[in-house]
Amino acid sequence: MVHFTAEEKAAVISLWARVNVELVGGEVLGRLLVVYPWTQRFFDNFGNLSSESAIMGNPKVKAHGKKVLTSFGNAIKHMDDLKDTFAELSELHCDKLHVDPENFKLLGNMILIVLATHFSKEFTPQTQAAWQKLTTAVANALAHKYH
Amino acid sequence: MVLSPADKTNIKSTWDKIGGHAGDYGGEALDRTFQSFPTTKTYFPHFDLSPGSAQVKAHGKKVADALTTAVAHLDDLPGALSALSDLHAYKLRVDPVNFKLLSHCLLVTLACHHPTEFTPAVHASLDKFFTAVSTVLTSKYR
Repeated sequence: MVHFTAEEKAAVISLWARVNVELVGGEVLGRLLVVYPWTQRFFDNFGNLSSESAIMGNPKVKAHGKKVLTSFGNAIKHMDDLKDTFAELSELHCDKLHVDPENFKLLGNMILIVLATHFSKEFTPQTQAAWQKLTTAVANALAHKYH
Repeated sequence: MVLSPADKTNIKSTWDKIGGHAGDYGGEALDRTFQSFPTTKTYFPHFDLSPGSAQVKAHGKKVADALTTAVAHLDDLPGALSALSDLHAYKLRVDPVNFKLLSHCLLVTLACHHPTEFTPAVHASLDKFFTAVSTVLTSKYR
């Protein structure tokens, strides 16, 4: 089980309080689809994903991004218990969605990068390290039930 | 993975905007790498890796200068980086996974310092650029 220090938890929670989940969620998923276009394979029914502006402006991308990031917010409430928290979602991603867990790492890195663009110099190396640990732990939790 | 003309434009204009800060950003990216991915420190047992270390700053400048060279030779990365490729293959032998980690931290550093310019399209081009450089640096490993 991953252990987060008090400082790491504080770094994550204090930044999260200032995140606009709807806005950031859309940006995170949008950037995933722009920077790693092969991830579009999971979103055939999302409509127009043909260009950067189409993707970033796509309402389905924004809505789904918000959904995903909201779920991530749940992780922050359960940082000591991620595997159990994400057990059901892990099964869903394996059995129904058939998502390669590598994609969780890619998405995690997109979260980091969007946070960096929003928080700039406040996103210090220490803050990044805490968030890096969290996104890795969530990715592992989501992959835990794969078979 | 091929750099398109648009990618090359994005990469060059980013490097123009960075200007004289490339060295600082190189050091910061290394610092971020060591803090987020402690396993990367195993390649620097001979360095003082505490934040602000002069050795890390100097090494960051080295990395940045190499990237600046790469930017100037986007049409011939293997040629421009041949000596560095030899160095990494025969002497340094840094496990290939680590190039992704440093590349990610370079992207985070640039995103922090130039959030407005770091659009998704520019982000994509830079990710491709760092991937291309990493591929060249590991191309002679075996």
